[in-house]
Amino acid sequence: MAFNAVKEKYRSKVGEVTLGATKEQGGTRGYTITVGGEGALPFLHFEGEIPNRPVVALEVWDHAPADWNACFDSYFGDVYNDAAAWAKKCVEEYGADLIVLRLKGADPDINDASPEDCAKVVKDVLAAVECPLVVLGCGKEEKDNQVLPVVAEETSGENLLIGVAEQENYKSLTAACMVHKHNIIAQSPIDINICKQLNILITEMNLPDDRIVIDPTIAALGYGLEYGYSIMERARNGALQGDKMLGLPMIGNVGFEVWRTKEANASVEDFPAWGEQEPRGILWEATTATALLQAGMDIVVMRHPKAASLIKQNIEELMVANEV
Amino acid sequence: MFIIGERINGMFKDIAQGIREEDPTAIHYWAKKQEEGGARYLDINTGPAAKDQVKVMQWLVEKTQEASDLPLALDSTNYDAIEAGLELCKRPAMINSVPAEWPKMERVFTMAAKHNSAVIGLAMNEQGIPKDADTRVALAMELVAAADSYGIPMEDLYIDPLVLPCNVGQDHGPEVMNTLRQVKMLADPSPRTVVGLSNISQGTKSRELINRTFATMGIANGLDAAVADACDRELIEAIATARVIMNLDIYCDSYVDVYIKQQK
Repeated sequence: MAFNAVKEKYRSKVGEVTLGATKEQGGTRGYTITVGGEGALPFLHFEGEIPNRPVVALEVWDHAPADWNACFDSYFGDVYNDAAAWAKKCVEEYGADLIVLRLKGADPDINDASPEDCAKVVKDVLAAVECPLVVLGCGKEEKDNQVLPVVAEETSGENLLIGVAEQENYKSLTAACMVHKHNIIAQSPIDINICKQLNILITEMNLPDDRIVIDPTIAALGYGLEYGYSIMERARNGALQGDKMLGLPMIGNVGFEVWRTKEANASVEDFPAWGEQEPRGILWEATTATALLQAGMDIVVMRHPKAASLIKQNIEELMVANEV
Repeated sequence: MFIIGERINGMFKDIAQGIREEDPTAIHYWAKKQEEGGARYLDINTGPAAKDQVKVMQWLVEKTQEASDLPLALDSTNYDAIEAGLELCKRPAMINSVPAEWPKMERVFTMAAKHNSAVIGLAMNEQGIPKDADTRVALAMELVAAADSYGIPMEDLYIDPLVLPCNVGQDHGPEVMNTLRQVKMLADPSPRTVVGLSNISQGTKSRELINRTFATMGIANGLDAAVADACDRELIEAIATARVIMNLDIYCDSYVDVYIKQQK
């Protein structure tokens, strides 16, 4: 009996989203990055085309983070107060594909930076690196609604990925992304129904679906990773079966979630049985990301350079075609 | 479940008149309207009055494709007409239909394989429509075996268990539901299933209510497609809802609109 590989036939594939714009395209980026386009489940090259590999982004803040673990000091300590230098370091030394700039300083309880100041930081980072940029607000709705439209306007043409839009708060950001030709992150609270509905609401405002990236909201290993995992799987299955409102690339804030856990941060003195803190934290972040790559994540947002480098290696190995 | 729009049929006055006067206005209108309504295929039937079935089928196929990109279901017992229509189809079509009879199966499955088209197989033969589910399933199995021997993938074979009006053939209802369930177990991957939905309500009062109730029950029993009225909004809503309840589509608040958009 000959061996016949079972190959699933899918009706559809994930849409592609391109981030960044070069000079010819009206921006200033050295290159663009395209994510999505998968025609099969994650890394099943023998069933369908996986045209774009997942990308690894490193997180940069516009404000020296007060609560990051001390193990980050030796990587970023000298650039904590200079987002542009920080971003440059992430790309040149640590090999980030993308920069995720979090405008934490806009938070009214931190720096309460003005929209203009925030836009300036974004522009400084754009001048320092040539990779495409993801820009996130501070997380406080009211302030982000003031800041992000100004950022979108001041960086018109750069084709940024801006976030986040949520079900109760998507209109002003969607409008800004439409007018100034940026992409948007549609975030839902670990809920596939809201995820799908939000994408519909955004496309109903006439933002094309090739400019939306889904943030299904993920949690770290040990803190509900499996909920995000199964939702991403379900979205990807829906996408392949023809559900266009779920057929969009996915992004996840892995670093942000992992470095909130006790296991990533606690010292060996406090928990001797867990072993050394830094390698533990690196592996906590890398393991979380590895799992989510198997669920279909396209943009992995990380924090620790060593974890990021492990994931880049993992992606490289998974992108080797497994034809049967 | 998806809908094969039933409206481009020479049995309807406006279509018959269009055919007679070679005026495609009504054909264009219904092609677009059914597509907007949520049809995934458009059924094309020349009607019994047309003298030259081959020519009329070709004309209908051409005129329909001018107005819509949906794939077509060529509906005729005249296989020369179907074959002539298949030659003109821009997308893989569906043949409506073939009973479990030789040499009809030979003729139809040969042209289906050649044109990469789907086939509706009727669970009946020379002896007419069976009374019970067991006989229907046995005939379905003959269709499955025949289709397989001509290299037709099971996903392209649509078994029609044959629906009778619920006022005169009331005892057929449960037999049809039973057949739908069992057909799904005849092969792996399983053949698909289809019904001529509007038959269930022939000659009854409140036809739309009976149609959409049957549709939701059919979906719960494994019904994949129906030749039906794609412009019946309440039918579409019932189908979209049944699909959500059966976990065939992922729920969202706009699930009816999403269902309609996804058919294209």
